[in-house]
Amino acid sequence: MITALWIMVALAALLGMILGYASIRFRVEGNPLAEKIDAVLPQTQCGQCGYPGCKPYADAIAKGEADINLCPPGGEEGIHKLAELLGVEFKPFGENAQPKPKAVAFIDEQTCIGCTLCIQACPVDAIAGAAKQMHTIIASECTGCELCVPPCPVDCISMLPIEEQLTNWKWRYPVYALRQTS
Amino acid sequence: MIRLHRFHGGIHPPTHKAESTRTPIMSAPLPAQLTIPFRQHAGEAAKPVVQVGERVLKGQLIGEPVGAISSSIHAPTSGTITAIDLQQIAHPSALPDLCATLVPDGLDEWGVRQTLSYRQLSSDELQKHLRRSGIVGLGGAVFPSDMKLRHPIVVDTLVINGAECEPYITCDDMLMRERAEAIVRGIEILRHALGTDAVLIGIEDNKPQAISAMQRAVDDSSHPFKVIAVPTVYPGGSAKHLIKVLTGVEVPSGKLPTDVGVQCYNVATAYAVHRAVEHGETLVSRVVTVTGNVEQPRNYEALIGTPFSDLVALSIPKADTNRYIMGGPMMGVELPAVNVPLVKASNCVIAASDALFPPPPAAMPCIRCTRCAQVCPVELQPQDLYWFAQSHNFGKAQEYDLFDCIECGACAYVCPSSIPLVQYYRYAKSEIRARDHEKRAADLARERHEFRQFRIEREKQEKAERLAQKERAAAAAKAAAEAAAAIPTPLEPNADAEDTQQMRIDAALARAKEQAATAHPRNTEALTPEQRAEIEAIEVRRAHIHSLAADAGADDEPPKNSQGN
Repeated sequence: MITALWIMVALAALLGMILGYASIRFRVEGNPLAEKIDAVLPQTQCGQCGYPGCKPYADAIAKGEADINLCPPGGEEGIHKLAELLGVEFKPFGENAQPKPKAVAFIDEQTCIGCTLCIQACPVDAIAGAAKQMHTIIASECTGCELCVPPCPVDCISMLPIEEQLTNWKWRYPVYALRQTS
Repeated sequence: MIRLHRFHGGIHPPTHKAESTRTPIMSAPLPAQLTIPFRQHAGEAAKPVVQVGERVLKGQLIGEPVGAISSSIHAPTSGTITAIDLQQIAHPSALPDLCATLVPDGLDEWGVRQTLSYRQLSSDELQKHLRRSGIVGLGGAVFPSDMKLRHPIVVDTLVINGAECEPYITCDDMLMRERAEAIVRGIEILRHALGTDAVLIGIEDNKPQAISAMQRAVDDSSHPFKVIAVPTVYPGGSAKHLIKVLTGVEVPSGKLPTDVGVQCYNVATAYAVHRAVEHGETLVSRVVTVTGNVEQPRNYEALIGTPFSDLVALSIPKADTNRYIMGGPMMGVELPAVNVPLVKASNCVIAASDALFPPPPAAMPCIRCTRCAQVCPVELQPQDLYWFAQSHNFGKAQEYDLFDCIECGACAYVCPSSIPLVQYYRYAKSEIRARDHEKRAADLARERHEFRQFRIEREKQEKAERLAQKERAAAAAKAAAEAAAAIPTPLEPNADAEDTQQMRIDAALARAKEQAATAHPRNTEALTPEQRAEIEAIEVRRAHIHSLAADAGADDEPPKNSQGN
């Protein structure tokens, strides 16, 4: 009886030590769920969700503080992906958060005064320029977040929707014409 | 005798090749206007190097390659470039692309033609020459031919593709019948560049005339090439399948033929290589089949950029023709308009009518009969791929090797439910590609955003450090000053702070006074006699003005800045 007790106590102590060691040795830095969520988010860094970037929004979702339908650039597909990842119900966008077609910013170089305000606003450093020098958008880096539009004092930045070209054209989903029957 | 192998599946659609092989290749007349797209090859579009209004000669470079996978574009005849702008091209999207418009001057005057002796050429020089000459694979994939020589991998077998498996198309057949000798010379150049010994020329056995012509040319040339008749099975002309039939080696999924020591060129490409190397002719024309619902189906040798409407008009389309297909009936694409230009990829144009190609009956549900799986030449499960594609389950489609699909259309051909399977696969493939592109863009944006935040943090820290350093320096300077002040007045080392400050102020005042005493205005020193005379004259005038002012009115105050005289 006593031996059995001692064995159980010894086992508990041993396993406890192994678990304690493992929790220190194999400690995971950061929140892995937040990282998975961040991987799904479109990384426009636009702040339309109310958080200062995609990572903070991912952290907030992981903590259960934010809803999954706050990211218009991710589209409905983004919500589906988040719902699947988190095992929750799909939720449509609210009234004030509707997805827009993808766009890139464009600086009217005739009007630009070189104030650098947009450069400071750009979350991905996609604007080239310097003080009192003309600025220009590096279109391939622009995420279309629109954060550069409000700071411009001369309103020289506009958002141009990305048009369909040969390089980004996609085959359509097959559709059949319905035939009229009597 | 070489032992042939088989690949899985395949179909035997009616070939319809006899119609267009009754008459020899005809040279198409010079069109009134040529439209030359800058994107005629796989990879990056070429960059225009001519100006609007410039006169160009036949074969002159008008678009230079950009990046590794790209090719050159040349003027197909002599004339004037009248525009470089967006024009409609032969693409299923009907979207326009950058094209040069050339109005021929009718002289057809060649520019400089650089001929080379291939035996003295290294593979590297030949590669450069092919890139300059705009040689691309003319079997339909238009992959730059120079890239196929770039591999450092050892190639032990060169396969020449003369199979031409798709119905209706006969351009390679006619080329082999009429220009076998030139093709063999081109093959020899490629063989030399690749440094291989074994050359296998595969031709489907429904082209006996082409086989005998090629055999004769090989015998005459005394090269040890083997001309091999392969069974007629669609899609036996796909490079990987022809390699399997001829060598028994299967090119693994996601690999290139060179990975198994085989390289493959089309017969028309070999012909173009011969023209480029031994005649210095850049790729400005090709043989194209015009067939289908026309009165005179035949092959034309036409300049790149010739409007399809001109070629079709030569063959006289029948009245009920309502659309045109570029390529074959299995893999071809419907032309958005008939006046789009001929490109390097255009091997055939078929005039179609509802009588010739009846519209498919309405698609019925998939009954999972797996007939598609039986005919799939790449041994996929088309019924599963269809299921995943139509439910947008792209991850699963990729797991089932969607990207190994060659879009040959054999599955849709046998489908008893007439489901447009290939359309589903194309849709799924382009969606997956777009998603991959978006994913890469998102990863880049994340990286740039994180770096920006790191940079802002670093700048903040650096600023704080600079401030701290400044403060430290100021404190050190103060301490040093105090120490310095303490040394000359050892009598009162216990003087309080106010006294010390007062002392420093006094010292500063004394220094300022000393400076003021020693400082002299410098611009009145070392004057020349003329300057001195001028100053005196000015002083005299000034005194005169002051006296006048004093006379003019006693009430007037004297000027404030007057220097008492």
